[in-house]
Amino acid sequence: MFANKLLTLAFGVLAAGLVSAAEVNVYSARSEELIKPALDRFTEETGIEVNLITESADALIRRIELEGVNSPADVLLTVDAGRLFRAEEAGILASVDSEVLRENIPAAYRHPEGKWFGLSLRSRVIMFDKSRVSADEIADYEDLADPKWKRQICIRSSGNIYNQSLLASMIEHRGEEATEAWAEGLVANLARRPQGGDRDQIRAVVAGQCKLAVANTYYLAGMINSGVAEDVAVAEQIGVLWPNQDDRGAHMNVSGAGMIKTSKNQDEARQLIEFLSGDFAQQWYSEVNNEYSVRADIPVSKTLQGFGTFKADTLNLEALGRHNAAAVRLADRAGWQ
Amino acid sequence: MGVGTRLRVNETRPRLLFQPWPLSLLGLSLLLATPIFVVFSSMFFPAGDIWTHLLDTVFARYVRNSLALMLGVSIGVLALGILPAWLVTNYRFPGSKIFEWALLLPLAIPAYIIAYTYTGMLDVAGPLQSSLREIFGWHYGEYWFPEIRSLGGAVAMLSLVFYPYVYLLARAAFAEQSGSVLEVARSLGSSRRAAFFRVALPLARPAIVVGLSIALMETLADYGTMQYFGLSTFTTGIYRTWNGLGSSVGAAQLSALLLGFVFILVSIENWSRKQSQFFNTGSRVHLGNAHKLTGGGLLVAYTACGLPVLFGFVVPFVQLVIWATITFDTVMSGDFAGYLLNSVSLAAVTSLLALTFALFIAYGRRLAPSFASSFAARILGLGYALPGTVVAIGVLLPFAWLDNRVSAFMLARFDLSTGLLLSGTAFILVFAYLVRFLPIAMNTVDAGLAKIRPSMDEAGHSLGLSSGKILRRVHMPMMRGSLVTALLLVFVDVLKELPATLLLRPFNFNTLAIRTYELANEERLADAAGPALAIVLASLIPVILLSRSLRQARRAPGEVSITQSMESNK
Repeated sequence: MFANKLLTLAFGVLAAGLVSAAEVNVYSARSEELIKPALDRFTEETGIEVNLITESADALIRRIELEGVNSPADVLLTVDAGRLFRAEEAGILASVDSEVLRENIPAAYRHPEGKWFGLSLRSRVIMFDKSRVSADEIADYEDLADPKWKRQICIRSSGNIYNQSLLASMIEHRGEEATEAWAEGLVANLARRPQGGDRDQIRAVVAGQCKLAVANTYYLAGMINSGVAEDVAVAEQIGVLWPNQDDRGAHMNVSGAGMIKTSKNQDEARQLIEFLSGDFAQQWYSEVNNEYSVRADIPVSKTLQGFGTFKADTLNLEALGRHNAAAVRLADRAGWQ
Repeated sequence: MGVGTRLRVNETRPRLLFQPWPLSLLGLSLLLATPIFVVFSSMFFPAGDIWTHLLDTVFARYVRNSLALMLGVSIGVLALGILPAWLVTNYRFPGSKIFEWALLLPLAIPAYIIAYTYTGMLDVAGPLQSSLREIFGWHYGEYWFPEIRSLGGAVAMLSLVFYPYVYLLARAAFAEQSGSVLEVARSLGSSRRAAFFRVALPLARPAIVVGLSIALMETLADYGTMQYFGLSTFTTGIYRTWNGLGSSVGAAQLSALLLGFVFILVSIENWSRKQSQFFNTGSRVHLGNAHKLTGGGLLVAYTACGLPVLFGFVVPFVQLVIWATITFDTVMSGDFAGYLLNSVSLAAVTSLLALTFALFIAYGRRLAPSFASSFAARILGLGYALPGTVVAIGVLLPFAWLDNRVSAFMLARFDLSTGLLLSGTAFILVFAYLVRFLPIAMNTVDAGLAKIRPSMDEAGHSLGLSSGKILRRVHMPMMRGSLVTALLLVFVDVLKELPATLLLRPFNFNTLAIRTYELANEERLADAAGPALAIVLASLIPVILLSRSLRQARRAPGEVSITQSMESNK
């Protein structure tokens, strides 16, 4: 009698294990803090469980390659276009055919065959100390190499992906030679050896170590909303200059997602990417992390509105990935540490 | 200290190559050395023109910075570690017992975290310089202030958290030097100072060199601090070559070069240790012999013992507490208890395994020393200097390959795909930790075991005990101090480990170190303070246990205690 019950129970557990709930496995270069709430919402809406690993995109791409056909990964999330390109080049992404994604995401921000989809935009701009620099003293990225800014510029290491993408966009627009000359001029104008992160450059401007800094917009927005008194005070002193408004526009990067070729949960993976392009996730990106939505119908966050409107560079984002290695070599040659 | 005979167990009994012990020993060593072989094998792959580029541009800087860093940290850890060790073992002054364990506290602070805290305070935009500017009406450039994010700053940061390795080993060595040696020196007319320089320091040199080499290996493997300070070293160069230049072969070859360099260093260290082998036969210092300090001596003692603790622990700790209070609401966000549980259980499992393997390897080599086994041990020892990500890739590559082969076989034979059996589980994570941290356990256990005279083994054998029983009944109790030290050093290292954990962990598995890193990486230092503080507090418990057990081991009569690495049978 008892054995019978036990047997039934055992089979019940086994069956439950076999008919496991729908799930999707996410390898994310976006940190847990900045993706989990959106994923939780997805689970709530669809009942699909989401399993998450976070790590840098390069490491995740390598892990997927090594795991081969048996990789559990279904979706790869990255925080820059260069890594989407690299994942595609590594041959680990599959095309997703989705009416929803085609409708939500403008063609400029997705792969023509649906190998990856841009989900949010960030711009890398010039920031200045409002009390010491007026906005008409500088107009373009190119001006950062002007000797009049000698020892006045703070920028982080060229090891950082956002600087590599900025260089890559310049290579695409102006060619490698001109970009290298620009990088040399920039290095000559540095107030200090590149160090720290974007926020550190912003702080150094207000501390008086430099007059100009190059940083992503959401870092400044993050400081404004941080609740840390010192950071708020620093951010208030900073002006945002949108570069190259008379020609190509401000450099943009994109965070995005792609489905893995060996995915065993293709349907769930597609649903997740669709969800991330949907109203809730797009508003969430905009409000919580102060990024620009890829969709025109999603309002820009209040903090970002304070930075004004601008003309964005509409460069084909694949160029950022294509020129990445060239950008790093060029930085090495120019002595940009 | 009595100078005994050199360890020659192999001459007392016939050497049996095909005993199960040496064979399984070799097997285990080879298995754990797989990732290191993977790294070396990269030498046979073409890397394109990457080397021309590296040599033309950045390579010289990588080498220069790494060497300068090693030199600086060597001076730093020796200066901070040796004198306090001498003072707390040979002198008594108010608070000396507290310093004895407090000097270990900086071990609990990961290097990148101490770098964040000091940068937060001392940077040009930090509170200190800001208030200086405000109070005196200065502007930037009108006053001099040391740049924290510099090579010198990095040396200071690393020295402050790595000196405890030197301190720990030096203290053990000093404590085990029998009082009589020093007394003889003094009766021959040496001053206390001369006795220190002429007798105690040379005798302790091998132990100090072990501590130094641990600190230097940690220095070479450090990525977080260097990246934050914007310093290009060998390790940051490996990452840049891999991620930026997109050349994994080039990165692996750089790693192989780094390992080659470390291998030479380790060989030199072994050779220098062979030059001075002693067995501890005399009695140890009795606490009653300790000299009482007064006046100027007291001042020296408080400076030498106080400064490392103040700057290596108290200051960063207080800064973390301040940040954590500001951001208290976000500190507890996320699955905080889960992170803690994951961190601690990984650390516990790994440290137990590391201890078991280290004991197995060290004892195996004592039973049947051979060139092969000592070479294998030296290869294993390299793991500690490898950047965590390189170890992680080196582990993932063979395991994923194996998983895929098994799965393909099962699919062909039984129409059943087994998927990835080992990759993506905690198993390979622990495996990677072992590759990285086993050397630290091996060093410690080796040293403890080598202190036990071979006559003990012989006595055991003559009583009819098997080798395993001798290990359990004779050796393990005698070297309890070393075992505990090995266990806790690995425990603390795993708690702090980041890169391998990031790359190898299973789904939905987060640790305190990862949580700290992710927040700090988004430049939210204040938010990162909460989990960082939790790492420090979690490491404090083993650090305090360690110092207590060391003290007990010393007091227990008849024990040849602690980690004195005066010699090894390498």
